[in-house]
Amino acid sequence: MSDQYVLETRSLVKEFKGFVAVDDVNLQIQKGHIHALIGPNGAGKTTVFNLLTKFLIPTRGQILFKGEDITPMKSAAIARKGMVRSFQISAVFPHMTALENIRVALQSFEGSSFSFWKSGASLNRLNKRAMELLDSVGLTEFANTMTVELAYGRKRALELATTLAMEPEILLLDEPTQGMGTEDVDRVVELVRKAAEGRTVLMVEHNLSVVSKLCDRITVLAQGSVLTEGDYEAVSADPRVREVYMGTGSSGERGAVTAEEAAQ
Amino acid sequence: MSQTDIQSDIQKTILKQQKAEDRRKLMLNGILLVLLLLAPFVMYPVFLMKILCFALFAVAFNLLFGFTGLLSFGHAAFLATGGYTTGYLLSNFSGLTTEMGIIAGTLVAAVLGLGFALLSIRRQGIYFAMVTLALAQLVFFFFVQSPFTGGEDGLHGVPRGELFGLINLEDNLNMYYFVLVVFLACYLLVQRIVSSPYGHVLKAIKQNEPRAVSLGYKVDRYKVLAFVISATLAGLAGSMKSVVFQLASLNDAHWHMSGEVILMTLVGGVGTLLGPVLGATLVVNIEYQLGQGPLRDWVDPILGAIFVLTVLSFRSGIVGEVQKFVRKNMG
Ligand SMILES: Nc1ncnc2c1ncn2[C@@H]1O[C@H](COP(=O)(O)OP(=O)(O)OP(=O)(O)O)[C@@H](O)[C@H]1O
Ligand SMILES: [Mg+2]
Repeated sequence: MSDQYVLETRSLVKEFKGFVAVDDVNLQIQKGHIHALIGPNGAGKTTVFNLLTKFLIPTRGQILFKGEDITPMKSAAIARKGMVRSFQISAVFPHMTALENIRVALQSFEGSSFSFWKSGASLNRLNKRAMELLDSVGLTEFANTMTVELAYGRKRALELATTLAMEPEILLLDEPTQGMGTEDVDRVVELVRKAAEGRTVLMVEHNLSVVSKLCDRITVLAQGSVLTEGDYEAVSADPRVREVYMGTGSSGERGAVTAEEAAQ
Repeated sequence: MSQTDIQSDIQKTILKQQKAEDRRKLMLNGILLVLLLLAPFVMYPVFLMKILCFALFAVAFNLLFGFTGLLSFGHAAFLATGGYTTGYLLSNFSGLTTEMGIIAGTLVAAVLGLGFALLSIRRQGIYFAMVTLALAQLVFFFFVQSPFTGGEDGLHGVPRGELFGLINLEDNLNMYYFVLVVFLACYLLVQRIVSSPYGHVLKAIKQNEPRAVSLGYKVDRYKVLAFVISATLAGLAGSMKSVVFQLASLNDAHWHMSGEVILMTLVGGVGTLLGPVLGATLVVNIEYQLGQGPLRDWVDPILGAIFVLTVLSFRSGIVGEVQKFVRKNMG
């Protein structure tokens, strides 16, 4: 029964000159789930994202998207298929307005992206949809602001809206709350919850209170391999997880703080 | 006010700003046009044509460097290829009209540009610059060795001929207005390209390439197209130049020339439309003025010093700094 999984990996391996960063990872992401990928710094979480979206080529193993083997596909093609990622460091186009950022994503599915002879005004038909997307992340009043001038939290919100403009079936979020204050974190939790309606989300997240609020299932990665998998209760009760991730004996909440501090 | 009202309000503001921007562009274009139309009555047309040819070369280069983020260190190859092809054809086939020779030179440069692009586009940053330089050196040695280029002496006595078999281009004013029409057409084309839907994708690639990839863009294809357009226009500049001076020489193929176009673009303002035009005007003038006087052996060091000064202290170039100033002081 593999079609209940949107995304699967089979024995995924990535070696960097003899160093094994991702070691025989089997992931199964169920449709409609918000699935967390957690683990200490250097565990290989970002590398897994890079493999899934082909920013890195796997050394071995297979990636299946809706049952189809997408291992040989290129990054751009994977994005067009419906698996779109965000980056650990906020990825925006700094010298474009917020509205223009969103339009770049909307334009990706238009036939006109090679039309060098057409006027820029021809892109205005995308404005309405772009405004709706900005509105959905609370950025309406910043539509015409240069992105470089936006505060960090707003940049991340813009990044999320840009990703959603692609109407992805599965969303890969790499630490969407990294470096944010509590207020911004709460906002992002709401945004992700909203974005997850009708789609699947795979997210890397250090903040365990966010994980406990949002995620249906959790995979713990340590030194490149899967340590354990389960729901929040099961995973947080696992002594091995405490050992590698939270530091022995600490509670989930404290663990979240330490992990976040370590990430700075 | 409801949320949808606010949304449509902002959209209206944005459209208004776009209109104002278009009007400003139109006005600047108008000023440029009038200046260039009147210029030959106060300056020597051949000198002006030299400026226009280099300005076109720099505008072409800037499409790739300033608007796509790719630093080519081999653009001399396209200038020279356009020049030699046009020069050779017009010298050896008297049946060809001038514009046919120019079109042929431009097309050959375009094909060469495609070759360069396919071999270099995957490289990033400094490696891209090095591959383009290496390829351009190959082209240079090809021209040194080939019998049809006249080697060190160059290709002399290229006939200017008649445009469409009608307009006598031996006349400097006729020649000037022909060069002007070609230059303006290319300038407007580049202006159109950078604001087109395609231009927006280039901008995105320049500002954050991994993000553009993750939004589904096959960025290599967009870069190859930009490279080919840039090489084509650089070839056209070389073709025009060989007709104006009735000469195609190894100077145009030398890596010095690839460096000079970088200098022109940087001094004038990389990633601006008028910057390369202004930069080319300045560099051609400086070279000419110094070449006349006692400092004639010092041209290269002085240009080098200007280069260093630009990179260190006013990176946005003249036009870029002016734009910053205007933005800061006029909101
Ligand atoms: N391109 C690369 N070349 C060599 N080693 C790499 C490369 N990318 C990642 N690594 C190594 O692979 C390991 C896993 O890195 P990765 O970035 O995937 O960790 P992570 O789980 O995302 O950590 P963090 O929580 O700090 O973001 C690290 O030891 C890292 O140094
Ligand atoms: Mg990471």
